[in-house]
Amino acid sequence: MVALGQFLEVLIGGLMSGVLYSLVALGFVLIFKASGVFNYAQGAMVLLAGLAMVRTLDLLVANGFPPWAAIVLGIGFAAVIMAATAWLIERFVIGPLVNQDGLTLFMSTIGVTFVIEGAAEMIFGSDVYPLRLFPTDAWFVLDGLFPGGILINKLDVWGALIAGILVAGLAIFFQRTKTGRALRAVADDHLAAHSVGIPINWIWFVVWLVAGLVALVAATVWGTKLGVQFSITFLALKALPVLIIGGLTSIPGAIAGGLIVGAGEKIAEVYLGPSVGGGIEYWFAYVLALAVLLVRPQGLFGERIIERI
Amino acid sequence: MTGVARNVLILAAAVLSGAPFAPPAAAQNEQFVPILSYRTGPYAVNGAPYANGVADYYSLINERDGGINSVKLLVEECETGYATDKGVECYERLKGKGPTGAAFINPLSTGITFALTEKTETDKIPIITMGYGRADSKNGAVFAYNFPLLGTYWSAADIAIQHVAKELGGFDKLKGRKISLLYHDSPYGKEPIPMLHVLAKKYGFEFTPIPVTHPGVEQKSQWLAIRQNRPDYVLVWGWGVMNGTAVKEAAAVAYPRDKMIGVWWSGAEPDVTPAGDQAAGYKSLMLQHGAGKFPVHADIEKYVYAKGKGSTEPGKVGEVLYNRGIVNAMLGVEAIRKAQEKFGQKPLTGEQVRWGLENLNLSDARIKELGFEGMLKPIRISCSDHEGTRDGRVQQWDGKAWKVISDWYTADEPLIDPLVADVSAKYAADKKIKPRDCAKES
Repeated sequence: MVALGQFLEVLIGGLMSGVLYSLVALGFVLIFKASGVFNYAQGAMVLLAGLAMVRTLDLLVANGFPPWAAIVLGIGFAAVIMAATAWLIERFVIGPLVNQDGLTLFMSTIGVTFVIEGAAEMIFGSDVYPLRLFPTDAWFVLDGLFPGGILINKLDVWGALIAGILVAGLAIFFQRTKTGRALRAVADDHLAAHSVGIPINWIWFVVWLVAGLVALVAATVWGTKLGVQFSITFLALKALPVLIIGGLTSIPGAIAGGLIVGAGEKIAEVYLGPSVGGGIEYWFAYVLALAVLLVRPQGLFGERIIERI
Repeated sequence: MTGVARNVLILAAAVLSGAPFAPPAAAQNEQFVPILSYRTGPYAVNGAPYANGVADYYSLINERDGGINSVKLLVEECETGYATDKGVECYERLKGKGPTGAAFINPLSTGITFALTEKTETDKIPIITMGYGRADSKNGAVFAYNFPLLGTYWSAADIAIQHVAKELGGFDKLKGRKISLLYHDSPYGKEPIPMLHVLAKKYGFEFTPIPVTHPGVEQKSQWLAIRQNRPDYVLVWGWGVMNGTAVKEAAAVAYPRDKMIGVWWSGAEPDVTPAGDQAAGYKSLMLQHGAGKFPVHADIEKYVYAKGKGSTEPGKVGEVLYNRGIVNAMLGVEAIRKAQEKFGQKPLTGEQVRWGLENLNLSDARIKELGFEGMLKPIRISCSDHEGTRDGRVQQWDGKAWKVISDWYTADEPLIDPLVADVSAKYAADKKIKPRDCAKES
């Protein structure tokens, strides 16, 4: 019974961690889905959003603003920064590279990554900035059944709730709104979409803005977990296997991929790790991703690409 | 002026000057001292305050004293990002600068230390690794150019176990206990493991090493394993984001923070402030000093910050890692001063500064004279002892500040020395180094 309780605890903890990875992976999916660009800068965007929010929040609190007002204004300011970033990227990077191949666009986002990281730290600072938007303690459930109970972290639960709301909101946005439908049209064939009057530049600005806002949401959760600091950019590496497993074009896939990666790596680390010296969870996630690549190259939920030869 | 505006102005001035990061041209009466730092990347939160302390102390020597016996310090910083390849690149670029080359190198990374150990011996440039680096390099007979001043990780491991024993009520109470080591999966984090195995065998406790992959943002698996294994103590050998995350994850699994003891690189302000109240109770070793201001800080404020030449915000002067930076810089400066006694008041080569380091002897009176009274105990380096002293204390975070909670501990040299002799002898055999006869060195 003890072993079962411990296994359930690792499994639940892993699934919850996976949802937090999905929050970052969603930003990648949005941009790839709408523009075919693999946005390497998504991790840097989480850092920028987090720094803009927490530094504003701290400044306002230090000047006597009530915490709730400081939080609202901090999030609002960060949203403005992400909108400005989206506009700059569309205007000066992605816009001028229309019709270039995917690798060129990908390389350009690597450049964007370093610019965002450098600019964010130069403007907002490079310390660790604590953020406490959500509770970080834990519940211990079923302690009558399992000695010590099963630990469930409250922050993970908040992360799961937020991810659920985000996915529902994005689904409504893509399926029910005019802009969302235009986004899907551009994603299918941006030249055809352009020919029927859909303003491509505006659409790409919108999609980078939405990805920026998703980064902001991820920053609220991960900033609470780690403190807002440079290391948040490493989350991009955690999101990659999630994307490979879930598929680059599927929003539900990002969630499912996150759950598989989170549960898989935690179970591997706790049960397999001790026999091989530990520290395996980082690469084990990529082992899972490679296994999926071999069977379904487009990911479990990705669109199968069929091209006429 | 706000920090943001100042940063923008500095950048603008650097760009307009056309040579943004070029060091001043070397004059003939200048001693070149490189700073390998990391102000960017995942370890910048810890690397930057340390580099600020080093830079400010060198500025103090130039501004207050006009250099070391009128030999001004020529300083150039190189960003390593805590990456071994970049550290080696920085070393190669800087080692020949100045009229006599680098006086010494201070990589602030155990990984870079391992990579540079043979190169510095060949180039005859001492490598100062204060409180880090290779523990076996205490043996100066084999490692002529390595100086792990003030304490190695084997000394740290022993001090940590001494403190655990004291809390439990004696060394005999260690028998049957469980002690885990949560470590950064790198040469740094792995360094204490051999010593902890020795200690576990001697005292009969169960030792479990638990690695955390760089950079340490995700530790849920490790802490769930700790919750299931329920160790009596967890030693933390982390750096950068790993430390703060460890404290937060410990809180999340309700592991008592006062049963966690970090090494002295896991006991600074950035390691605990992100966790807020959850960090209260967390303990760490002290590399002798802690946070706070001493007479040397008054000089730094007067001669460096009052002239607008400080490296950081005045409020950060006196933090733990800033203080470690000034201690490290002071030991390097005093080694140069010692070497000048023998070789003359002029810029010296690395080989000459190595002699200064090996003959460094700072008494209580000299430490007081330098403004470090209360931060440091006397230190005496010798050919056979490149560590010099192995004393430490334990501090505890009360939620707002670090408080010293223990008396001084001295690492158990008779226990550590056989391991030092064994590992350094293997290194000497492997590298075909003939150990020096320390009885003949002066």
